[in-house]
Amino acid sequence: MSNFALNFADPAFWYSVLRVSTPLLFAVMAALVSSVAGSINIGIEGMMLMAAFWGNVIGAFARNPWVGLLAGVASAVAMALLLAFSHLKLRVNLVIAGVALNLFASGFTVFMLFALTGEKGTSASLGAQPIPRLDIPLLRNVPFLGKVLNNHNALTYIALISVFVVDYLIRKTPLGMRMRAVGENPDAATSVGVSVLRIRYLSLVLSGLFAGLAGVFLSMGYVSWFARDMTNGRGFIALAAQALGGKSAILGALGALLFGIAEATGFTLQSLRIPSEITNMIPFILTLIVLVIYARTRVKSHSRIQEI
Amino acid sequence: MKKSLAFLEISRMIITILIALLIGYIFLLFSTKNVSEALKWFLYGPLSNQRRFVEFLNNSVPIMLTGLALSLVFQAQVFNIGAEGCLFFGGFGAMLVALKFPQIQLVHLIVTLFAAAVFGAAWAFVPAFLKVRWKASELVSSLMMNYIAYLLVLFLVNNYFRDKAAGALVSYRFPQTAWLATLTRYRLNSGFFIAVSAAILIGFLLYFTKYGYQIRVVGANKKFGFYSGINVGLTVFWVQLLAGALAGLAGGVELAAMYRRFVWQSLPGYGFDGIIVAILARNNPFLVIPSALFIAYLRVGANIMSRMTGLAPEVVVVIQSVMILLITAEALLDRFKKKLIEREAMRNE
Repeated sequence: MSNFALNFADPAFWYSVLRVSTPLLFAVMAALVSSVAGSINIGIEGMMLMAAFWGNVIGAFARNPWVGLLAGVASAVAMALLLAFSHLKLRVNLVIAGVALNLFASGFTVFMLFALTGEKGTSASLGAQPIPRLDIPLLRNVPFLGKVLNNHNALTYIALISVFVVDYLIRKTPLGMRMRAVGENPDAATSVGVSVLRIRYLSLVLSGLFAGLAGVFLSMGYVSWFARDMTNGRGFIALAAQALGGKSAILGALGALLFGIAEATGFTLQSLRIPSEITNMIPFILTLIVLVIYARTRVKSHSRIQEI
Repeated sequence: MKKSLAFLEISRMIITILIALLIGYIFLLFSTKNVSEALKWFLYGPLSNQRRFVEFLNNSVPIMLTGLALSLVFQAQVFNIGAEGCLFFGGFGAMLVALKFPQIQLVHLIVTLFAAAVFGAAWAFVPAFLKVRWKASELVSSLMMNYIAYLLVLFLVNNYFRDKAAGALVSYRFPQTAWLATLTRYRLNSGFFIAVSAAILIGFLLYFTKYGYQIRVVGANKKFGFYSGINVGLTVFWVQLLAGALAGLAGGVELAAMYRRFVWQSLPGYGFDGIIVAILARNNPFLVIPSALFIAYLRVGANIMSRMTGLAPEVVVVIQSVMILLITAEALLDRFKKKLIEREAMRNE
């Protein structure tokens, strides 16, 4: 067990925390920008899966990871537009539309994978083009922190930056204020001339963009192949992490890092011969606990208001 | 008026199914040269011989039960989509009783299926309790419970109940006393009759009893339910437990009749198919029967197509998701509905 305690002092552990947190950071931002404007994006999981697939496949065909990145993100944005259209125009219940989208992505990616490669498990045979890692000379020689922060996938840095961008967007820009207004009171927003429909469309598309980046990282950075249902619940975990952070991008990001720590701890425990089924459970159980803590504080703060 | 609205509803359903099939057709168009051959097997496959017909009926059994579970929670406007986890855990419960208590002979099967239902309900207890006690989102918690059920059961089965003599990763075989009978030489799952009677029973519960009325009122308007003296929290709680029991039963029936072992190494997906079954049935338990049959028909058709032509059967998942979107699209055909109501109003003037 002393090995285990030492583990937290090891820069390699924190490096891996950042690595496994990257898709969650993006996904939490995706959850945040839609929920700020008042729509819960259940479809993040499906958008991620779609982006993971197209990013990897197009990247492999074009022999260029950046083309893959663009294609992956575009596919997720297309999914987000579909979600927005079905919810806002066709008036499908947002939760049901999200669930349908996830189903669609799961079936569609396997179908296309089989059609393109003749395989149903992974796209490893295509020979993917992973997104490169960045070696930052400034960081290289810093003790400890250098080992934690340097040499990550380019998307990991983008994820960290995007937390602050989203934070700024929501708190300081006119668009962010409109999004918050639409989320908190659509009628009031309408009365001062904000188009609720447009803001909701925009926030779902932004959400798709971040979900796309999360998915692309999974198949072009985290690993370099696409596997069926490889998102493995990360989209839903992100929803819980976002709930933990409320309307704050920074708190949401901390939530994502907490799940990253849980996942990385799981890997360490596996090396101590604890069965992988048990260690893989940790993030999901943590989500449940976090969900309860969040709900409890919310109930307390609203206790004077009669809520049914 | 009512008649023409019903007509509208039916035509909407037909349009939806046609659009979904058209999209499926486009997918096939892109992936094979021999579309008509693929389409033939897809649409006509389940009827092409007796064995396939039985396969089609068997496929409807688990999704009829999970569809029933989801139609119940959806009626109460509860988005607990943990049927998958309840089914998995229920299957585990069935295996546990089947393997550990072979000494009870006469009622062994009944106890086994009962255990499946109890385990399913126990799994649904967590999201239900968290929802009622702390208002934690049942959607997220039930999804997490799906993953936890999967990992936990896999760990237990592979470490403690694994039949090392069998070629694959499966549990020991159930003793014969815990087998649910299969009929005819094509092995028709007698659970089919359990599922159909459960649907009728739940339909009766929902539309002809006080409890069912409470569930529907809570679903239609929570506040109205509260002010008319219904214990909303308790209703939301029990409806999830009942749904969990149905989903658990689905797992038990499937294992006890079709496999006689615990065979799943991944989530079988019946819980998610149940979502589309419930939505297609408009959350009406009676309509869950034809709805489950329809989805099973598509499923088996896709499988037969896959066997005969080598295409991926996942195209059916795409078709299903398109159907979910179109069927729940309230705005679809809205204009016609409005016109219909207007015309009717004019006539009555």
